[in-house]
Amino acid sequence: MSGPVAHVGSQGHGHDQEHGHGHGDHGHGDTGAPHATRQGYVVGFVLSVILTAIPFWLVMGKVLDRPGVTGALLLGLAAVQIVVHMVYFLHMNAKSEGGWSLLALIFTVVLVVIALSGSLWVMVHLNENMMPSHMPDMRNMP
Amino acid sequence: MSEIVEFVRSGSGATVHHIGRADRVAAAAVPSSRYYLTEEHHPENGTLLGFWLYLMSDCLVFACLFAMYAVLGRSYAGGPTGAELFDLPLVAINTSLLLLSSITYGFAMIEMQNNRLGRTWAWLVVTGLFGAGFIWIELHEFAHLIHDGAGPQRSAFLSSFFTLVGTHGLHVTFGIVWLVTLLVQLSQHGLTAANRRRLMCLSMFWHFLDVVWIGVFTFVYLMGVLP
Repeated sequence: MSGPVAHVGSQGHGHDQEHGHGHGDHGHGDTGAPHATRQGYVVGFVLSVILTAIPFWLVMGKVLDRPGVTGALLLGLAAVQIVVHMVYFLHMNAKSEGGWSLLALIFTVVLVVIALSGSLWVMVHLNENMMPSHMPDMRNMP
Repeated sequence: MSEIVEFVRSGSGATVHHIGRADRVAAAAVPSSRYYLTEEHHPENGTLLGFWLYLMSDCLVFACLFAMYAVLGRSYAGGPTGAELFDLPLVAINTSLLLLSSITYGFAMIEMQNNRLGRTWAWLVVTGLFGAGFIWIELHEFAHLIHDGAGPQRSAFLSSFFTLVGTHGLHVTFGIVWLVTLLVQLSQHGLTAANRRRLMCLSMFWHFLDVVWIGVFTFVYLMGVLP
């Protein structure tokens, strides 16, 4: 079949895309991947451009006085942009591959959070306790 | 007395066990038919899921490198800092190149769905050129840093910087090699089922590298410049 086929009678098949794949549509080279739409890519692109422009503007324009607030904003915007890319470009949803993609993603995110926060936690404490220049009595020396 | 108790125990245990197995057989038979018969859209193969799992493991590689940079990123060893070294306008150009390559790959996927080989090919070439531009600028930046004496051996900060950003750049480079391979295969065999599957895998790889780059430009470049 050629062209995006608006599948008729796809109720209850678990599709949430606009163009459901016809099940007999295998001449389409169907490998179970979601049907991408031009509109989806354009929306994702516009959101990404906005979410990229704001952090560069914040840092290059020196908009905020406190670097801590700027840093927190940067991390928040990056997290939002990663979600945007996951949804609009990588077509992540709870239905793809019967939910296994999302499960693998959640597992990976948990491991990443443990690795990042754990490394920082341990190493910051190590720095504070072991660095001679960071010891309180050294700092208070004349 | 104890023997009788033992006998009763083991006897009842076996009975329970037996019933349990029969139950399980019955339980397994009913939902499996219910599950598979009404499952409308079963994937033909697990390649895409397998590739997604590979990407998740790659994600862990990058997480380790990000953790390393988080720990060492402020250890300058008396050398140059990120604020002195990073050229943010250049990073902004690089970021936009990668973002543009993401949407052009998306357009290639849409043309693939519409069975237009020529347009798919053309969008893939545009994607590859954006990717090549990204790599060229990054190599230019690296050469500039090394020339100024800020190579990977200068400080822990620069070691971790070159490892993290270089690993990402290496991924993009291999993505371009893969893209060129697929361009050759497309021109020889057209939009066959195998080629569509390969294009989908590269699509995931390419968008995944863009996701990693979000972390790089935010965490390494922008936050590295902050005081």
